[in-house]
Amino acid sequence: MTPTIVAGTAVRVLQQLRGDPRTVALLLVVPVVLLTVVRFVINDDGPVFDRFGLPLLGIFPLILMFAVTSIAMLRERTSGTLERLLSMPLAKLDLLLGYALAFGAIAVVQAVLLFAVGVGLLGLDVAGPLWAVVVLSVANGVLGMAMGLLLSAFASTEFQAMQFMPAFVIPQLLLCGLAVARADMAQPLHWVSWAMPMTYAFNGLDELRATATVDGQMIGDLAIVVAISLAALALGAITLRRRTP
Amino acid sequence: MDTVCPAVRIRDLTVVRGGKRVLHEIGLDIAAGSVTGLLGPSGSGKTTLIRTIVGVQAHVRGEVEVLGRPAGAGSLRSRVAYVTQAPSVYDDLTIDENVRYFARVLGQPAQAVDAALDTVGLHDHADRRVSELSGGQRSRVSLATALLGGPDLLVLDEPTVGLDPVLRAELWDTFDRLADDGATLLISSHVMDEADRCERIFILREGRLAVDDTPEGMRERTGCDRLEAAFLALVGGGAR
Repeated sequence: MTPTIVAGTAVRVLQQLRGDPRTVALLLVVPVVLLTVVRFVINDDGPVFDRFGLPLLGIFPLILMFAVTSIAMLRERTSGTLERLLSMPLAKLDLLLGYALAFGAIAVVQAVLLFAVGVGLLGLDVAGPLWAVVVLSVANGVLGMAMGLLLSAFASTEFQAMQFMPAFVIPQLLLCGLAVARADMAQPLHWVSWAMPMTYAFNGLDELRATATVDGQMIGDLAIVVAISLAALALGAITLRRRTP
Repeated sequence: MDTVCPAVRIRDLTVVRGGKRVLHEIGLDIAAGSVTGLLGPSGSGKTTLIRTIVGVQAHVRGEVEVLGRPAGAGSLRSRVAYVTQAPSVYDDLTIDENVRYFARVLGQPAQAVDAALDTVGLHDHADRRVSELSGGQRSRVSLATALLGGPDLLVLDEPTVGLDPVLRAELWDTFDRLADDGATLLISSHVMDEADRCERIFILREGRLAVDDTPEGMRERTGCDRLEAAFLALVGGGAR
């Protein structure tokens, strides 16, 4: 691994984003707007808004980061720049960590904005420590990013990458516990929900809503989110081939 | 062959793509410090041969040695530069940002960026975004990236497509200069008057090496004065 290449890649990814204000808005403005919409759809800042709003501080970053990074990495694969980079003295992890660094930085800004608006303006009540909300929010943004980088290997066009939304993201949204408590689902679905990354995004933040202290369960959920992110990055490195057919 | 140690040495090379053999038992040497042309009708396997030499082609059988190492070896990655047919640069970055990024990956200083942009004549446009450039300008950005750090072997897949004649001549002067400085260049093309500027010409036909000769040799063998006619005589009218 070469730190200058990782940093150079992160700068390059951010330069690309700078030229694309729409994508920046999707990552930073859209989650805040959506949370505001949820608040006024519920039309109350009481427990119902807390029940739905707080987990969304992790789920929105996860989904939006996934959408953006899966396309960004797919472009790298299809534009020939990936092949060029892999024919240069660059380690596969240099590239992925560069992406992780750039989108990780955006995940932090995204999380802080969502937190400020959600807790500060819209009146979300959090029982647990506030810093833990931001940490989980960032971790879930990073999780979405890592899965996006990995899944880009399984799409060959942007049209196919877009298809991950209904096929990969919506099932998780239904099963993660946001709409209906997982314990109340049909047993087979409850089992399946354990295998869904978004479940842990929901669980961690839901814990913070109900529990005043950072307990083992929340740490466990955070650990799983981090572990899935690392595994996705490692698998992502495997999908980068220097030799292709 | 006039050199003891060729820059590229290929023996019994066979490549399979999608279950189909696209290169058959190729054997050739590319002299160090030379400019070599790779020609052939489209679909003849030029790009596959180029990708094999660069070390990005999978399912390769046979011996492919580049600068004394097996093709694709890690130590070759800073010594071999590859320009793909479609410009592989970032559309949403400026020229300068593109070349600067690749310089960073190659561990090259900022001066290398300026030198590369000078060579391809893009220095005055460095702040323009690649998506706003013409096709020819785009391929020059891609070429500038490959020039970073003075590679020992430069492999160019159709580098002059879409360039005007003046620029094309200038680029060929650049290629000559790079070879004079000791670099080896392998350039694929479908323009026969470009082949005339090569010291040696390989012509592929249906995945086989049909011609391995000098431009003069081709003329002598065919009795054709124009290289284009010699090409057609050697490759045959039914090549397409």
